[in-house]
Amino acid sequence: MVQSVDHVALLPAYLAAGTAVLVFLVDLLVARRGAVLAAAALGVLATAAGAFWLRRQPDRQTFCVAGDACSYVVTDRAALLAVLFALLTLGVLAFSAPLLRSRAVPAGEYCFLLAASMTGGVVLGFAGDLITLIVALETLTVPLYILVGLRRQALQSAEGAVTFFVVSVVATAVALLGAALLYALTGAVHLGRLAAALTADNDRLRSLPLTATAVVLVLVGLAFKVAAVPLHAWAPAAYDGAPVPVAAYLSTASKLGGVVAILYVAVGALRPWLDVAGPALALLAVLTMTVGNLMALRQRRMVRLLAWSSVAQAGYILAPLGAFAVSPGRTTDALTVAVAATVAYTVFYVVLELGAFGAVVALRPADADGGSLTDYRGAAYRSPWVAGAFVLALVGLAGLPPGLAGLFAKVVVVRSLLGGGAGWLAVAVALNAVIGLAYYVRASVALFGPPGPAGRARVAWPVAAALGAVTLVALVVGFAPQLILDAAAR
Amino acid sequence: MSAVLVLVLAIPALGAVVAAALPARADRAGRVVGTLAAALTFGISVPLAVRTEPAGSGARGIHPWQQLDVAWVPGLDLRFHLGVDGISYPLVVLTTLLTLLCCGYTLWSVPGAGRGRLLTALLLVIEVGILGTFLALDLVLFFVFFEVVLLPMYAVIAVWGGDRRRHAARKFVLYTLFGSVLLLVGVFTVVSTTGTADLVRLTAEGGSGLARGTQLAAFILFAVAFAVKSPLWPLHTWLPDAHTEAPTVGSVVLAGVLLKMGTYGLIRVAIGVAPYGAQRAAPVLGILAVAAILVGSLVCLAQVELKRLIAYSSVGHMGFVVLGIATLTATGLQAALIGNIAHGIITGLLFFLAGAVKDRTHTGALGELGGLRETAPALAGVLGFAAIASLGLPGLAGFWGEAFAVVASLRLNSPLWTVLGVLAALGGAVTAAYFLRLLRRVTHGPASPAVATIRPRLAPAELMSWAPLIVLALVVGLLPATVVSMAARPVAAVVSGSR
Repeated sequence: MVQSVDHVALLPAYLAAGTAVLVFLVDLLVARRGAVLAAAALGVLATAAGAFWLRRQPDRQTFCVAGDACSYVVTDRAALLAVLFALLTLGVLAFSAPLLRSRAVPAGEYCFLLAASMTGGVVLGFAGDLITLIVALETLTVPLYILVGLRRQALQSAEGAVTFFVVSVVATAVALLGAALLYALTGAVHLGRLAAALTADNDRLRSLPLTATAVVLVLVGLAFKVAAVPLHAWAPAAYDGAPVPVAAYLSTASKLGGVVAILYVAVGALRPWLDVAGPALALLAVLTMTVGNLMALRQRRMVRLLAWSSVAQAGYILAPLGAFAVSPGRTTDALTVAVAATVAYTVFYVVLELGAFGAVVALRPADADGGSLTDYRGAAYRSPWVAGAFVLALVGLAGLPPGLAGLFAKVVVVRSLLGGGAGWLAVAVALNAVIGLAYYVRASVALFGPPGPAGRARVAWPVAAALGAVTLVALVVGFAPQLILDAAAR
Repeated sequence: MSAVLVLVLAIPALGAVVAAALPARADRAGRVVGTLAAALTFGISVPLAVRTEPAGSGARGIHPWQQLDVAWVPGLDLRFHLGVDGISYPLVVLTTLLTLLCCGYTLWSVPGAGRGRLLTALLLVIEVGILGTFLALDLVLFFVFFEVVLLPMYAVIAVWGGDRRRHAARKFVLYTLFGSVLLLVGVFTVVSTTGTADLVRLTAEGGSGLARGTQLAAFILFAVAFAVKSPLWPLHTWLPDAHTEAPTVGSVVLAGVLLKMGTYGLIRVAIGVAPYGAQRAAPVLGILAVAAILVGSLVCLAQVELKRLIAYSSVGHMGFVVLGIATLTATGLQAALIGNIAHGIITGLLFFLAGAVKDRTHTGALGELGGLRETAPALAGVLGFAAIASLGLPGLAGFWGEAFAVVASLRLNSPLWTVLGVLAALGGAVTAAYFLRLLRRVTHGPASPAVATIRPRLAPAELMSWAPLIVLALVVGLLPATVVSMAARPVAAVVSGSR
């Protein structure tokens, strides 16, 4: 049987993969840093443009069996996610410019791996079955093992990479085991069919403890990507060892990938089992935000602090899905609200987090790591604009004005939880926000300390431009959060 | 006319941006711009008293004199809904006045850390937050503005404050954030149940859209949130530290208007939206208020630091305000409103004076002060006036709020409230004792070494910042009707159906 393949639908995937190949060839033939970076940026932009164009087309699907079950589904939301992945990669590329110039990492390999990882992210949103989903997620993650360890002559970097690799492999194995069990129980891998099979065969499956095990295994395995407890311990080591732009990628694009995967599986496939998945997600969310916040309180190194904070943020991201734990949270309306809240929170978070890491890149020497908090003393007087952007991002992550984007992000989560009847989760989120403020303020205050010996450093123009753009976006969505809410509700 | 409501917020915001954006060598220019913005804001906040909306029927609810209602974020039930009525108007004017006085004071004297233009800018941002809170007629918008003041106030304490400023600032920001996250939960408990965040509608419905349990839960969340801000015993411990460490202008704004966000919120939001919850929780609120009065005044008797003493006296005064609110009667609420205003005027003045004493003598320890009237009779005279106003001498502003809170409590004719009223009156007597002790230690007796050599003259800027407050303390004291008449109808409209 010959399958007809809709190549138009695959356009973003082709463009993303093409970018990787292009970067590879340019590195081989031209072998100049500037050319490689330009080729990568061009390819990424083309990917974003392609995905954006596809968004305006009617919905398509391809790789279908028996008509209705497709492995690759183009929806509005999926195309938007692809655009987002491409833009995040573009931002990270811009932040990488000084790093590449300093020759601390090989430019060709670096850009190629980043483009390859982006390909995974772009495809992820279109995934219609568990296998495509997990393969896309792995394509997103595998290049990162190498990127994390790419800094030459840095032991920390290698340590981070190994930790990341080991935990990741375990997590993938857990997720795959869960997926395999689900297939064994239902004979379906497509998300829609899984949901149908779980509903149709409810009585038999409910009596099997294996089903609940499979559901929890899949979710826990995927939770690794968002660095949720219990698979969170890799994050601080990997972030701190990695080049700072790669840490930025890990905490934004890679985390976005995890959120998308969890949403697709939980809401798309496991919907009839939300009464099991819900409590698991609620528990994950509360543990993740609490552990992340408490650990972040103790950190003395900037990137580790941001890493733990991003663990805590993963908890807030998962929190709206925790509302599935109570029955009013499982109605169709509440479900839609919870999913939209998760997506909206993730977008707000990704913008602010990218801004924070961009400011770290701008404030640190090109080939240095994140450094300790004391290394940032006097930054507010040396580079007031960058420090301003940093404070805005940190305050936003804490969820307070003037970081209105972050404030509305918290409001979205609390609103969806109370709407879904999960008041205790809302209180947990609220109290965690108080703990969070303690260390975000500490990091911000560090910038205003008495100036250290370091002189005023010039910020490379790609970094300045990207940081400016991200901060502008944060400000705009702070005053007009409806833009994000509308996009998330689609 | 509703454009004025926007301008009242936009002008200080714009002034703050301009003042902060000016370079360091134009520091003075930045302070001047900020002060001009504050003056302009005060100027346009006064005519807010003009009524453009139709007069209310007197039915339960909020009947704003002016309002403005545009959509902002429909996805979060957030509308940019502002309005002013007799409950909020006096507080709005008090805010714009105190901010103007503080900005003017900064023009003359910048605390040790310098960068006065940034201090002015932060004062203006705080003003935006406070005014927004008083003007908001949308629950979510109220919450957003409630949050705006947190970090600017933190920065004011942490940058320009005294020796232990970091600790005090952190304590302030964490405590008050704790309050405001509970407010967030409370707000959306109400919004997700009733489907609207419109305070006018919610108040008019009087909680009929909310089940009794939900109302009680919402009221408790609101009450704890506002109790942290007011602050009410036992959630007050951030206040003495913050006041003691904050620079003079920070203390003035903090005591003068920031605390009022809590008591205003109790009246407008907590009682307005959840009247049944208020009824159930009122005795607890009353007991805590009286505890605050007694604890505050007893602690004051033992205080040895000038600013700390005034800070603890705030705990007691705000206790009277909360007691008035807890009675849920028109008299009590009126007492609370006038108590709010009086406390803002008098304690603002007291903190200005404490700052002037500390600037001159470089100490706030009561043991090292003494005999101020020997070397600086004018300063001692004003301090005496402010202290006597604060202890509630009839004829000065402080009297009405405290007396009528006690009267309202006694009039309820129940054993509990009678006991509370009597205890509160006793607390008032202790208040007189500790203020007289303060005067005896600071102004009377032989001049101590720290006081002996001080500059006796009052600077024109000091007189300019104090004079309006002195005049207002007299005006409100002699003609309480200026505030009370304005608030009579709106208070009646809130109380009807509450008890």
